[in-house]
Amino acid sequence: MPDEVEENSEQTNDAPDADEPAEAVKTPPGEDLKEVVESAFPGAVLEQSAYQDDEDEATFVVGLDSIVDVSTHLRDHGDTLFKLLTDLTAVHYPEAENPFEVLYQLYSIEHNRRLRLKVRIKEGQAMPTVSSVWSSADWMEREIYDLFGIEFEGHPDLRRILLPDNWGSHPMRKDYPLEGRGERIYTKPKRKEIGD
Amino acid sequence: MVGVANTSRIEQQSTLHGTEELVINMGPQHPSTHGVLRVILKLDGETVNDLDCDIGYLHRGTEKIGENITYTMFIPYTDRLDYIAAPSNNLAWVTAVEKFFDWEIPMRAQYIRSMVGELSRIASHLLWLATHALDIGAMTVFLWCFREREMVLDLFETAFGGRLTVNAFRLGGLHEDVPDKFLQLTQEFIDIFPSRIDDYETLLTNNRIWLQRTRDVGIISAEDAMDLGLTGPIIRGSGVRWDLRRAKPYAAYPYLDFVVPVGENGDIYDRYLVRIEELRQSTRIIQQCLDQLPGGPVTCKTPRTIKPPEGEIYHSIENPKGEFGFYIVSDGTTTPYRVRIRPPSFINLGGLKKLCIGQLVADVVAIIGSIDIVLGECDR
Amino acid sequence: MGIVEGKFSDNFVTSKVDSLVAWARKSALWPMTFGLACCAIEMMASGAARYDFDRFGVIFRATPRQSDVIIVAGTVTHKMGDAIRKVYDQMPEPRWVIAMGNCATCGGPYANYAVMQGVDEIIPVDVYIPGCPPRPESLMWGVMQLQKKIEQEKYIRR
Repeated sequence: MPDEVEENSEQTNDAPDADEPAEAVKTPPGEDLKEVVESAFPGAVLEQSAYQDDEDEATFVVGLDSIVDVSTHLRDHGDTLFKLLTDLTAVHYPEAENPFEVLYQLYSIEHNRRLRLKVRIKEGQAMPTVSSVWSSADWMEREIYDLFGIEFEGHPDLRRILLPDNWGSHPMRKDYPLEGRGERIYTKPKRKEIGD
Repeated sequence: MVGVANTSRIEQQSTLHGTEELVINMGPQHPSTHGVLRVILKLDGETVNDLDCDIGYLHRGTEKIGENITYTMFIPYTDRLDYIAAPSNNLAWVTAVEKFFDWEIPMRAQYIRSMVGELSRIASHLLWLATHALDIGAMTVFLWCFREREMVLDLFETAFGGRLTVNAFRLGGLHEDVPDKFLQLTQEFIDIFPSRIDDYETLLTNNRIWLQRTRDVGIISAEDAMDLGLTGPIIRGSGVRWDLRRAKPYAAYPYLDFVVPVGENGDIYDRYLVRIEELRQSTRIIQQCLDQLPGGPVTCKTPRTIKPPEGEIYHSIENPKGEFGFYIVSDGTTTPYRVRIRPPSFINLGGLKKLCIGQLVADVVAIIGSIDIVLGECDR
Repeated sequence: MGIVEGKFSDNFVTSKVDSLVAWARKSALWPMTFGLACCAIEMMASGAARYDFDRFGVIFRATPRQSDVIIVAGTVTHKMGDAIRKVYDQMPEPRWVIAMGNCATCGGPYANYAVMQGVDEIIPVDVYIPGCPPRPESLMWGVMQLQKKIEQEKYIRR
């Protein structure tokens, strides 16, 4: 039984990203990933960016309609294998034309790479769910629904997850005050003396 | 097991006697749910047919607070996310914010960060072992683990002045250098700690009751674990040799030698073995940090007000519970535009349903314990 | 009964019974394990070997129906509030409340939409313990304050 914990330091001591030489000398980060996506869905990547040309921060903006297809493709394609949906979140930009940005932070254990997908949507627009691609999206989409009020079409069980069911507002929106809008009001109880 | 073999008989009985599914509410105040988790179980006899988690009882709006205060002021709030391993959270936040800048963090600070990070891993795993064993019925382990946990908390107190929520690191390094006594006490601690791990193993590893409660219970395959986004000791228990300390090294981990333990079956027992081995590896890492600890300053020159350039970053570290990350959007001002905490407990807890269905109701407590959740970071 | 000796200075029977009852009550305070957040970890540490709450007759119970005092250890959110009230109502009289830590006292660092600004919005509190989180020593101090308070309560004649 104790030998289930394998002592295999030789294999793990190799830097896992050693198979990635300095290929990003001229090309912007994530160019190879873009090729993988574009080969199957031409024109799917609307925008490409990376903070300070960091390979880990490669970001693709994709369209609302193609997100499920692109996700499935990135998960299954041998060169990407983004089997882990690390994070799924949203950002609210009230002034922008498309005020909500939904972000998919992907990670590939096999290739030790990260990729961020972004979808920009309008107020009231529903997102297609990716919970059929990654099961982990289930709760994270519920959380976005709870905190931002973004609906996910086809989600198996779209309910509030963090706040009470009857909360009524979406606190992570920028127009929501930090102190809340007084959803709960209590009357202070009096200390009941013994024998009362 | 019971459920499978007797299904037809149960069905017959239920039509005869009009029996139905039993719905059990567990929590939010339940000693075995490790905080304020509420689980609603649907039982067929003793078998779990369906399960629904109700979380959010500790939703404190930390992300919203993060949008309203400066980068430095947010460090104490990170303490209170995964409060069992507070310095780890500090490390995640400071390394995430430092990713915006090209600061040269002094090596002494990096080594101390790794060392304190590993100490917090020990503290976290000890608390996990204590409560997990207590849930299954081993009281002695609880008392023993807390004995060593107090030693780790004493170390934090020596270095940073706090026991639990220590506010250990600052952007750009440390607040000040750790006292010599801290290094000396840490050495004393890791000299005796391996023998204490052996003590726990004496109680549990070959214990018949422990084996019956943990072996072949709550099995998850590597593919399923990836699909569910599980990270940390759970995915390693299923045989995926993946650790962010190795895959995306931060702090002083590139210079440290350690083994990433993995399991084979992906059951509770394998997760237990993985965590026990991680305790040993943490001790090794701390010893290396103490041996290689360079001198020099502990903080680099940082501006008085931290104003990251516009942009967005995601950075994550290997917390005791799993991948703990921050996604920060900066709009060029002193406060972040958006702080997203990537909580390992939240996503690992999402796998609870998959792990529990078809198991016996008594094993649910063991499975929750083996996931090692902390609700402060799960609900944020 | 060596401990109560000398405490019955009044020559009234009621006073003596009062003291006896108070002594009995304060010496076996069974708190409910109501761990909510960070403070719960310190509460567990208080119950473990080093601080050993059993010395004070403080033995943690898992059910409200067997406990005398509820230690609200941690941040009380609005979602949790109803559950706390329900648990408190299940406790038999006499019952006491200790608000452990800044969050339970006044909301602590969490002045926002989700967090109740102090547990005294829903249940009456006897002892407030400051700290974020309070050390086990502070919790001990709080329990001893509560014991002092119980000592002074009158049960038979008021």
